[in-house]
Amino acid sequence: MAKIRGAVTVNEERCKGCNLCVVACPTQTLSLQPKEVNDRGYHFAYMSNPEACIGCASCALVCPDACIEVYKVKLD
Amino acid sequence: MDINDIIKPENQVYKKPALLNDNYMHYCPGCSHGVVHKLVAEIIEEMGVGEKTVGVAPVGCSVFAYNYIDVDWIEAAHGRAPAIATAVSRLYPKNLVFTYQGDGDLAAIGTAETIHAANRGENITIIFINNAIYGMTGGQMAPTTLLGMKTATTPYGRRVDLNGYPLKIGDILAQLDGTCYVTRQSVHTPAAVRKAKAAIKKAFQNSLDRKGTSVVEIVSTCNSGWKLTPEQSNKWMVEHMFEKYPMGDLKNL
Repeated sequence: MAKIRGAVTVNEERCKGCNLCVVACPTQTLSLQPKEVNDRGYHFAYMSNPEACIGCASCALVCPDACIEVYKVKLD
Repeated sequence: MDINDIIKPENQVYKKPALLNDNYMHYCPGCSHGVVHKLVAEIIEEMGVGEKTVGVAPVGCSVFAYNYIDVDWIEAAHGRAPAIATAVSRLYPKNLVFTYQGDGDLAAIGTAETIHAANRGENITIIFINNAIYGMTGGQMAPTTLLGMKTATTPYGRRVDLNGYPLKIGDILAQLDGTCYVTRQSVHTPAAVRKAKAAIKKAFQNSLDRKGTSVVEIVSTCNSGWKLTPEQSNKWMVEHMFEKYPMGDLKNL
């Protein structure tokens, strides 16, 4: 059982679907939307595997558009 | 545990810096400029110098930097950012003055201004984004373009006999007596982003302490100009750019 759980929120309208967060994620939590697009026509990132997130903020660090916010909780 | 129990303000560990405003960035998807803008905004916020920071924007893709970071800005003529920063820093010696320039701006048309500002030891920080290409105008050859690299104006690759050698302006600036800190960083991985952040922070602190010119060269990607995806261009940068432009401090006094 993981001792740390994390979650991210993606600003969908700001995201340009560059895929850098997906590559940077060590736990394969994120993916780009396969079909859905935002107002500008980009396939934005989303948490496809939310249970795997550890809140390491790697995705947020490499995000060029600062659209990822990271949350982390320690489980007792 | 439900996802909504995790997403609460008290659990937040990373958010968009307050000084980076909500304007939608015009940069291409995956452009390194966005990461560096974010770092600059974060650092100014952490140092608490937002009220006395003056940025000098260049000509190039980052010409609209003043739209995104919420500090005072001046837009310089092409390549003249260090000259304007000199004036600001001399008139307002307590301010943090930095320039944000690309390789076409700093290493081509603005070489004289850059070298002389650094040689005079002006108390400014120069953030130099080196992507080895003219990104805004459509991917022409820049002085920093690698040998054999294909661009719009060197479609068969850069040749020594025709185009000369790539200019390592970071190494030139490190030799000048006026510079106190010259470093070369990148922002392609989370670890590299953290290192680049520490480097920019140190450079800003040097400027506030009036120790001389600090130069932070950020080797970055131009996926549109290089005709690669953001992911491929990061790989290409690690394989080719790092050979000519190795990471690390060139000078640290």
